[in-house]
Amino acid sequence: MTLGRFGRLTDPPASFLVTDVRVIDPNDGSDAVRDLAVIDGFLADPGNASDRIERIDGRGLVAAPGFCDLHTHLREPGDDVSETIACGARAAARGGFTTICAMPNTEPPLDEPARLAWVIDRARDASCRVRVIGTVTVGRRGEALADLAAMADAGAVGFSDDGAAIPSSRLTRSALTYLRGVGRPLIEHAEDGQLADGSEMRAGPTASRLGLRGWAPSAELTVVERDIALAEETGGRLHVTHLSTAAALEAIRRARSRGLPVTCDVTPHHLAMTDAWVAGSRRFAWQEPDDEVSLDVDHAFDGLCRVNPPLPSRADALALLSGLADGTIDAIATDHAPHPAERKLVPFGEASPGMIGLETALGIGLAAVEAGCLDLARLIAALSIRPAEIISERRSLAIGQPADLVVFDPAARGPVTSDQLASASSNTPLLGVELPGMVRLTVANGRITYRS
Amino acid sequence: MILDAPRGTGSARHLLDVEGITRDEILRLLDLAEEMRRARAERTHRALLERETIGLAFYEDSTRTRVSFELAGKALGATVVDLGVAGSSVGKGESFVDTLRTLERTGVSLLVLRHGSSGAPYLAARSTGMAIVNAGDGMHAHPTQALVDALTLRDALGSLEGRTIALVGDVAHSRVARSNLHSLRTLGARVRIGGPPAWVAGFSGVDGIEVATRIEDALDGADAVMTLRVQLERAAAGGIPSLREYSRSWRLDAPRMEYAAPGAPVLHPGPTNEGVELTSELANGPRSLIARQVENGVPVRMAVLATVMSAA
Repeated sequence: MTLGRFGRLTDPPASFLVTDVRVIDPNDGSDAVRDLAVIDGFLADPGNASDRIERIDGRGLVAAPGFCDLHTHLREPGDDVSETIACGARAAARGGFTTICAMPNTEPPLDEPARLAWVIDRARDASCRVRVIGTVTVGRRGEALADLAAMADAGAVGFSDDGAAIPSSRLTRSALTYLRGVGRPLIEHAEDGQLADGSEMRAGPTASRLGLRGWAPSAELTVVERDIALAEETGGRLHVTHLSTAAALEAIRRARSRGLPVTCDVTPHHLAMTDAWVAGSRRFAWQEPDDEVSLDVDHAFDGLCRVNPPLPSRADALALLSGLADGTIDAIATDHAPHPAERKLVPFGEASPGMIGLETALGIGLAAVEAGCLDLARLIAALSIRPAEIISERRSLAIGQPADLVVFDPAARGPVTSDQLASASSNTPLLGVELPGMVRLTVANGRITYRS
Repeated sequence: MILDAPRGTGSARHLLDVEGITRDEILRLLDLAEEMRRARAERTHRALLERETIGLAFYEDSTRTRVSFELAGKALGATVVDLGVAGSSVGKGESFVDTLRTLERTGVSLLVLRHGSSGAPYLAARSTGMAIVNAGDGMHAHPTQALVDALTLRDALGSLEGRTIALVGDVAHSRVARSNLHSLRTLGARVRIGGPPAWVAGFSGVDGIEVATRIEDALDGADAVMTLRVQLERAAAGGIPSLREYSRSWRLDAPRMEYAAPGAPVLHPGPTNEGVELTSELANGPRSLIARQVENGVPVRMAVLATVMSAA
């Protein structure tokens, strides 16, 4: 399998015609096989496409609005070994993403306008639009609010101290109140630092079996409940990222049934992988679990399965999947968290938490679709228009709009291998696991950013 | 597992865990340990590992386990080197895996590994070609201690089939307890665990394990009672209010042992906190098997080393 070719946002606008492609547009719920024309970077009436532009045979392929990732770690500034803006953006393009939101827990953190501007400037000629999330607090230290309005003016699409929750309820209340005026969401990494302190994996039978310190779901639930209460009281906009437990999902469901505008996302790995993966299982949540995975030398205690929040119980993964299917969970966000091998090839509890996700998100989603847990249109909405809406952006496949789309082959399949990955890191336990779906074409703002 | 066949990283077999070992494998190890014990007493043991080099890598402090591995290796004729990892290049920024690979290049064929992180022996086994023997990893496993305990119990009770063994104390954080849960059940015993709720959490509903939250229930009719070392630093970090409070509810003493079967022996993996887990009368009295556990340490490890190196 080849890596394909990458383009940049600064390339000249593209013109092409994709024939007989299944176009799924969650904006209007349409799903039809038709021709799709792009002329000089804009969606056009296929009837107006001249014979001279390239024609792409779209039979068997699906076209959809370009994907938007609300949660990406690009590691710059500070750690260009794990990832760079350029490599992360190529990984995004290869995964069908046209927009990614860079998390601010870099070194130094993105906590002031000049630092945001630095990232935005470096991303100008990347293979994917890079939006920036600012920190909520100065230095991400959880002590005092950063200059949120100034960062919003510099381009921040939301604010998060990701990696940790805002530690104090008082500060969270201040942030939510202040952000009402700024008009951007608070993106919360919902985890009580004291409850989670020292934990290595999700609490449960596998943690007990392996002798790893357990992370209890209350660590997430208590912060989600706190934040909902504060959002309700202040009217601030709350977005909970990488939701990982059924209990917190229920709390959000209840809040939304009261009409609160609380939104949330889930990662592909919390939908598909379970705590049994730490013992060495490689079966997706929707597959029948192994009776009892015998601990084998190759897979047990693999640091690649260490992630925060930790991989959920199977019951919670299935609950998250149905929460995504019914729309309680708005979006899929990757929490793409690159780490070099040396931070993973260590005893489990010493491994840096996180896994890469931009290049496997669609594949995991399509595997869930194949298993009958999710419909394709809902998957596409959760990867494209819903996350875009959360950062107040729109995606349209209407004629006259700038082309921002992905064309993929849902039936192509193959194992994930590190030599295909465009990310600078390859830390994912999916290496060697077969996934469906291959992106053929990614078009961001009228430019072809990836093609295979 | 594992007395494992090769899996791509070399030809070594390993002892990483007790779970996954079959009843026959355990019995064979115990029988071999008895043989080693007899031979060693008669000074007739053979140099089965004569040209082998065994490295001891103890990332956590240990006296009795380290010494018994050293004596076991030497009794079998191997060259045994304490690699002193706790103080050496580990502090100079070299990674765990790099250190092990360096040791392998010096000619170590079997590595006895103790590490504070659960699962470290698995990483060692897949990253090097050495045979790995787990001498205790985090809260996960301590296979040779479980074999020592199984042999000691077998000496005292005969077959463990259908016997009830009570494990008392901080089961949840104990690698000794976790390994014993596997070996005892595999040998047909019923296991009952007892301790403050935070210390027995996570085992309700596990096949073959009963959970008790009062010492009377934990000991009721038990054929043997094993009490676990209270990790003082852990007690301070939570789970129990104080050692005094723990002893009040859970210390083994003569009156409490009345709940157990008549004459039921007492075990402790050591080192004991005198007066906390059990009274010194009990620890040093006729029901105590604590000294026997120590004595069985060397022959059991001889059996393990010989088996892992396919020399027995």
